[in-house]
Amino acid sequence: MSEQKKTSVHEPLFHLAKRTNVNPLRATLIRIAAIVLGLVVCGLVAFLLIEKLNQNPGKIGDFYNCFIKGSFSTERKLWKFLKNMAVLQCISLAVTPAFRMRFWNIGAEGQTLMGVLGAITMAFYFGGKVPEWQLLIMMFIAALIYGAVWAVIPALFKAKWNTNETLFTLMMNYVATYVVSYFLVIWVPSGSSTLGKLKYGKLPPLPFGNQYLLIILIVLVLTVLLYVYLKYTQQGYEISVVGESVRTAQYSGINVQKVIIRTMVVSGLLCGVAGYLIGSGLDQSVTTESVGGQGFTAIIVSWLANFNPIMMIVTSGLISFLNSGAAQISQDFNVSGALPDVIVGIILFFIIGCEFFINYKFVFRKSAGKEAAK
Amino acid sequence: MKKFVALLLVLTLCLSACIFTASAEIADVKLGVILLHDENSTYDLNFINGVNDAVAALGLTEEQVIMKRNIPESQECTDAALDLADEGCTIIFANSFGHETYLLDAAKQCPEVQFCHATGTMAHTAGVENFHNAFAAIYEGRYLAGVAAGLKLNELKEAGKLKGEKPLMGYVGAFTYAEVISGYTSFYLGAKSVCPDVEMKVQFTGSWYDYNEEKNAATALIAANCDLISQHADSMGAPSACEDANIPNVSYNGSTVASCPNTFIVASRIDWAPYFQYIVNQVAAGEKIDVDWTGTIDTKSVVLTEINEQAAAAGTAAKLEEVKAELLAGTRKVFDTATEGFITVDGAALASYMADVDTDDAFTPDTEAVADGYFHESEYRSAPYFDVRIDGIELLNQMF
Repeated sequence: MSEQKKTSVHEPLFHLAKRTNVNPLRATLIRIAAIVLGLVVCGLVAFLLIEKLNQNPGKIGDFYNCFIKGSFSTERKLWKFLKNMAVLQCISLAVTPAFRMRFWNIGAEGQTLMGVLGAITMAFYFGGKVPEWQLLIMMFIAALIYGAVWAVIPALFKAKWNTNETLFTLMMNYVATYVVSYFLVIWVPSGSSTLGKLKYGKLPPLPFGNQYLLIILIVLVLTVLLYVYLKYTQQGYEISVVGESVRTAQYSGINVQKVIIRTMVVSGLLCGVAGYLIGSGLDQSVTTESVGGQGFTAIIVSWLANFNPIMMIVTSGLISFLNSGAAQISQDFNVSGALPDVIVGIILFFIIGCEFFINYKFVFRKSAGKEAAK
Repeated sequence: MKKFVALLLVLTLCLSACIFTASAEIADVKLGVILLHDENSTYDLNFINGVNDAVAALGLTEEQVIMKRNIPESQECTDAALDLADEGCTIIFANSFGHETYLLDAAKQCPEVQFCHATGTMAHTAGVENFHNAFAAIYEGRYLAGVAAGLKLNELKEAGKLKGEKPLMGYVGAFTYAEVISGYTSFYLGAKSVCPDVEMKVQFTGSWYDYNEEKNAATALIAANCDLISQHADSMGAPSACEDANIPNVSYNGSTVASCPNTFIVASRIDWAPYFQYIVNQVAAGEKIDVDWTGTIDTKSVVLTEINEQAAAAGTAAKLEEVKAELLAGTRKVFDTATEGFITVDGAALASYMADVDTDDAFTPDTEAVADGYFHESEYRSAPYFDVRIDGIELLNQMF
């Protein structure tokens, strides 16, 4: 009797338990269900917010069709989708080594922006004065150096004085933005702070295929290289050990400071490549908005893919797909640019939320009681 | 009789055919609009309203207009323009200064489509047949708004309510850039035309849209004894600072009377609807679009909002009508260099000024702009190029 009373007092309606083994099939099904549910909720929200929809509910088909239309309806859109995905993938690759080490680097935005600035600095001062192929190499090297330097500063502080890397890398983003503003003031004496497209330093497209094909192939190669680096090299293994436990790493003779700095240099170099692709391959210019928040989106891409470079192809593809679809909705339904953000936000909320249900389960009192009775 | 009926029928048929073909041509036009931001920015909202008004006036259908919002000043702009061309647009318009080089790229790739760019400077030198620039002589609108400000200062002066000895205005600007310099100078000259001893302080924010910075700048100017504030920046920062401090405000881009009922006097703005109508009509008729199109008071591109009688000085409306008529008739010039003491630089009259009209990498001044007793603003190209620092205006900082 007393025992029964005890359980009824202490047992809540339900409690959470971490799943010990995650069934991959079940996990995949949950993820798909989450995306479907997210899309349904998006439809409902859109129905409430978009005038054209609630006046004409038959257009709900068009609404969902926008997602397909945004990325796949024309050849140009398909290539643009692949290009967006490649740039996002490149920045996501850059944040990954540090994340695997549990070094929370949220400075990819600034590191990439510095990469763009590095490339454009060369194009601005040497464009037309040195042969184009030489300029392209100088731009590439400058982008790598700028990106790596911007990444290694917080890493040095972390390694030497154990400063908080999240805050430090975040602040470096703002500093990078102001550095770009500063150079725009110097470079554009008319005062408009708009550099415009430069005449020199364009990464030439491949002699065949689409203009964006080269960028896509470069990122594909980087993806494979990073996968091999993280999975099959000693340095990659050291990153994982430091990520698991700094103490274990120290005990097994790994120089943790060295690993932190080296890994952030790798991150910075990859951001530099992304900056080069944006600066030389696409915009041929720099603005404070050149990276456009992709440095932050990359964090979600990398995290959703469980820090696996190959899986990131799927997640960066998903995010780019959602973004183009949402922009298409804004265009076709003639609604404010804020609505796409709401739509992408809702879907991301479901995708991220479902990870909770994959890793945890609810244990209800009733079933617990039954188990106890047995 | 039969003949007459037949003739009538033929005539009616011809006539309806004519009307039909004319409207069919309008119906063939498809307008694509590229916007830097969306409705949340007063700058972009002004363009969206312009498109909607033009669509209503021309009777275009929904399918004939596509708007792409939040397009950054990068390769994205070229992509967006080419995508609009894929969708069958015959005119593609972009609204931000930084879009220009990217839109020009798209124009070179699609010679059969007309490309129009607001606020740009390159069309008259680029040599690309289907690429055009447009702006409005907004300095005339600002001059008129300045007249309203000057009248208010006179009223304060007579009532003995000036904070200092001389009437002092404050101006919140975005960048130290020709468009802004031309704007605040014409505003100042408008005020000076009715209130000769007025002076002005200008504070730059270094951003086209930053609510907090603009509010801080306005508050600082008010604290520095300014009797009236105006601004050239896109947020509600300066107007709301004025309402809080009960200081009269002359606004820009649109009326702020709803949130500032006690302090809003009047605002000048560019109405883009006439330009949109113009380009659609030109393309429908198979005519060329001007390389540089400058909207004026006459084309109804430069307009003033309703005057808020509660804040404005008595007789403002009548005075504005009078000055407007003089500007229209050409008897009054905004940048009047002939009248002694009206425009001076370091105490001397402005007899000659080389302006940077043709865009080049080094920004070299290339065109003499002072002639016939006035500075010829927006005549050699549509975008403003008046960037003279004149006496009476003190720049508290510079932001490029």
